[in-house]
Amino acid sequence: MEFSEHIKTANVEDVVLRQPLHPPLRGTLCITGHHLLFSDREEDEGRSSGQVLLLLRNIDAVEKSVENLLGYSGLFSSPGHAERTSGSSGTITIKCKDLRVLQLDIPGMEQCLNIARSIETLSCLDCVSEMFPFFYRPSELNLQDQWGLSSPEEHYRQATELHNRWRLSSVNRDYSVCPTYPRAVVVPREISDDMLVKASRFRQGGRFPVLCYVHRKNGMVIVRSAQPLTGANRKRCKEDETLLQAVIGGSDKGYVIDTRSAQQAQQARMTGGGFESKSCYSQWKRLHRHMERGKALQESLIKLVEACGDESSNMDRWLSKLENSKWLSHVQTALSTAGLLAECVERDGRSVLVHGSEGTESTLLVSTLAQLIMDPGCRTLEGFLALLEREWVQAGHPFQQRCAHSAFSHARLQHESPVFLLLLDCAWQLWRQFPLALGFSEALLLRLADEAYASSYGTFLCNSEQERSVAGVREKTHCLFQALLRSRHRDSYCNPLYERTELAIWPSVHPQSLQLWRGFFLRWTPQTRLLEEAQEEIRNMIVEWEKLVMS
Amino acid sequence: MEHIRTPKVENVRLLERSSGQRRISTGTLYLSATHTIFVESNPDTRRETWVLHSLVSGVERTPSTPAGSQLMLRCKDFKVFQILIPQEKDCSDVHSSLVRLSHPEKYSELYCLSFNPSVNKEEREESWRFIDLMADYKRMGVPNNLWVTTAANSEYRVCDTYPSEVFVPKSATPAVIVCSSRFRSRGRFPALTYFHQDTLAAVCRCSQPLSGFSGRCQEDELMLQAIMKSNPGSDYIYVVDTRPKLNAMANRAAGKGYENEDHYTNIKLQFIGIENIHVMRSSQQKIIDIGDMRAPSMTDFLWGLENSGWLKHIKAVLDAGVFIARAVADEGVSVLVHCSDGWDRTAQACSVASVLLDPYYRTIKGLMVLIERDWVSFGHKFSHRYAHLDGDPKEVSPVIDQFLECVWQLSEQFPCAFEFNEHFLISLHTHVYSCQFGTFLGNCQKERRDMRLSERTHSLWPQLWEDRAEYTNPLYKAELSQSQAVLRPNTTPYCFKMWKGLYNHMDKTTPARQSPADVLSAVREESQQLEEELTNHQEVPPGGTAHHNHQHPGSRQGIPHTKPLHTLNAR
Repeated sequence: MEFSEHIKTANVEDVVLRQPLHPPLRGTLCITGHHLLFSDREEDEGRSSGQVLLLLRNIDAVEKSVENLLGYSGLFSSPGHAERTSGSSGTITIKCKDLRVLQLDIPGMEQCLNIARSIETLSCLDCVSEMFPFFYRPSELNLQDQWGLSSPEEHYRQATELHNRWRLSSVNRDYSVCPTYPRAVVVPREISDDMLVKASRFRQGGRFPVLCYVHRKNGMVIVRSAQPLTGANRKRCKEDETLLQAVIGGSDKGYVIDTRSAQQAQQARMTGGGFESKSCYSQWKRLHRHMERGKALQESLIKLVEACGDESSNMDRWLSKLENSKWLSHVQTALSTAGLLAECVERDGRSVLVHGSEGTESTLLVSTLAQLIMDPGCRTLEGFLALLEREWVQAGHPFQQRCAHSAFSHARLQHESPVFLLLLDCAWQLWRQFPLALGFSEALLLRLADEAYASSYGTFLCNSEQERSVAGVREKTHCLFQALLRSRHRDSYCNPLYERTELAIWPSVHPQSLQLWRGFFLRWTPQTRLLEEAQEEIRNMIVEWEKLVMS
Repeated sequence: MEHIRTPKVENVRLLERSSGQRRISTGTLYLSATHTIFVESNPDTRRETWVLHSLVSGVERTPSTPAGSQLMLRCKDFKVFQILIPQEKDCSDVHSSLVRLSHPEKYSELYCLSFNPSVNKEEREESWRFIDLMADYKRMGVPNNLWVTTAANSEYRVCDTYPSEVFVPKSATPAVIVCSSRFRSRGRFPALTYFHQDTLAAVCRCSQPLSGFSGRCQEDELMLQAIMKSNPGSDYIYVVDTRPKLNAMANRAAGKGYENEDHYTNIKLQFIGIENIHVMRSSQQKIIDIGDMRAPSMTDFLWGLENSGWLKHIKAVLDAGVFIARAVADEGVSVLVHCSDGWDRTAQACSVASVLLDPYYRTIKGLMVLIERDWVSFGHKFSHRYAHLDGDPKEVSPVIDQFLECVWQLSEQFPCAFEFNEHFLISLHTHVYSCQFGTFLGNCQKERRDMRLSERTHSLWPQLWEDRAEYTNPLYKAELSQSQAVLRPNTTPYCFKMWKGLYNHMDKTTPARQSPADVLSAVREESQQLEEELTNHQEVPPGGTAHHNHQHPGSRQGIPHTKPLHTLNAR
């Protein structure tokens, strides 16, 4: 295998591993093309805790410090070369994308440097087909199994209430109209494929308005797109206007929720973007909500993780760092914008178009959260995973770019941005405020956060369906969502207290109601273990009770 | 009754505010000797809102509107009521009545002296014996050959703010006690508060020594020696001065101060840095203001939280407890705790340490015992600190609030370690201020005895005990207490949160929010019932009806509506 050229030293004995919540272990370290494997010496005692298998892709940063003990060995013994290297040793600090920090004390400077170099190279390989999901072949899964939970076609087929006014269009069957959309999308029935093609040229990245949600209680819909390319000259597009008119049908008004401030939207015109002007889209009322995206969001995450790692006991410093990271402000904005969207649909009885600029970040964040708030169908374990599949995987969130690195990386930031993590955080806030209304558990959200950044499965690979199709993801990797549903840990991904409610769950966005997601950001502290134990206790109580009721 | 200018006003609008939840209703306002009562005029509900005068901390008149004149009632439990009265004159009458009624001048005006639940004399006397401190000392293993009771303070002769019965080192003679007490502020000599049976180390408390820059007292030095000798496992003791070192040094100029390590042999002095009551009072006001903000941004909120300093102070109190608990449990060294007078910060530090050291104090009954010991019996000035009577506002400070919050922060960190839930702590908080029961009246045991409170008022403790089902944490694991006898909390700043439940009352009248605790309590209760039934059924001869279907609903739908709804309504 070609990975071997990156591995100068594959095995090292007598390595000490330090990891949070465990006593240090001494044992053998082994580097493979995709994994770091550590096993301690006392294997024969049958302790499983002595094994650590870490996906190299999970490693965000490697820091090495070499202690050169040459001086000492020169003084006390004959300075042979072998003794020189054995007299020196090094420590590698591994910072993972799941925020775990590990330390390896490795005897021998050269080995230490070799290991560090291998990890650095192998953890950031860019080529998709070399990534672990293409090699992962667990015995319990079969490549012929169903991939994904549902396709846009199946989803449309099941939503019969749509069929009257909406149709499934295959205009994008070869990804030529919009490279980041799936092959099939749902659009108003009276809009022909030709019109869609024209409308797509008027939207950034070809992301013309498509249906993402219909509210069964009143038939109102959520449609999402990218920004219109009105530009400085206030260009118009008749087809785009007709398309949007068809979305509201006979109704007299719809809302556009623009996830940029009015000022930002204005400025976007200078670079060819823009917004739906009142004069051209007279039936639509525009609401602007500024949501942070891109680099600013990534920097927010970096600051927050840095603050959480500060073990000093200064309360003022902590609160000021927490504030300064702005992460909780982003959570607040995301939830309140989603609440606004849901209010338009559920309370005001209007259809809504949501977009920002590209329509692949904050747009998806808001539309997903609004569906969680309104639709009980999205709140079950299966429903939530299906929602993520539709609104993030199929809708073309560029996972590979956004999740290339996390908070520790020293690499220069490129396209990284923790939008998906922000979504999971917001879902956690909902779960905490409505502990009975969501069918999934915190463990699921944590697992998803891990998998988005480093995975054995193909689900979050690539940036769009088109890229996945080219890489053969469906044929050559396993699907995370299927695996989660079939997992023997499935129970731990369910909320034992879940009880379906048909009501909308309106989150409180008051700052006091929002909390730091300890489970994720402080995951490797003993305190979080105690909270997990409490969750375990809840699960046991319900299981016991169910047993008794059944007997 | 002479303070009530107008007993009844009609067509009043009440706006109840609690964390973004607001409700407005129209009805009639009544003023009684003890309560402001608002009765909704809606004939379907006739909802009543009762506000105890003694819980009102402030009555403000806000600018009139065309709809009438406004009054704002701020309560000591952080609730806020806004009242809109159509006639200017009525409003002014209600205002002046309430200002007077909410600032009682004599104990006899307090609610507990008129509160008369339907219990007879025997029951009331029994209620005062519900918490037995001597039984608790016995539980921790004293008296023994190291610690004994002393008669020195009988009839409060040596220290009038101490209990009449206290435990001291066996080797401390009455002469040593008396002289030591003269060398301590307010005569509060070193006395035992907690004895740790596993290590034989003890927690003792006192007030600051009257040392000034160079004063010394041989008997006081002997007293500290005696404390050390009463712990066979250690040859020194810690003296924990809970004040910031600068404050302690400043006290020397006033002839007070702290122990000079040159004079006291075998002590290790440790300053903790809990701020004084004035700092705490203004800090709490800032955190109340945060709760009052209409629609704060996250930045406003976090900045306000930092600026209030409140969580920093909570952390300082908890850190003090952690230091003491570590010394006692891990090092086996006895600790003598003091601040200035030894009744505020000292009470906080000692009682937090007890909660950390002994699982008993994490039970419902245990916390009552602890408060009775470290706060009530050792002379915490309840009436001054919680403004039971109109008095010096500089004496007021949220000292016990901070202790209760420390316990809450701990219960958030150890969700299975406490038998009680948040409601219990909030109820305790309310009753400290409400004066509905005599338990927290006065400033020390002697005052309570002189007022004959046990004959004239009722004790809070049996009442809380009766309602314990409502205060039980369904996740409490009693057996965990054995394995996790000593709690070792993390006090990194990120472990602290604002106590939303206390500073922002959720509106209890709106439909119950989704509460896992209610479901779990119901599940726990039903599981117990089913288990009992199962046991009974199994006693039926084979072939009998041992495994027939229960009447119980198999669907969880039924569960939340059995018990919890009832308790919610009652609240």
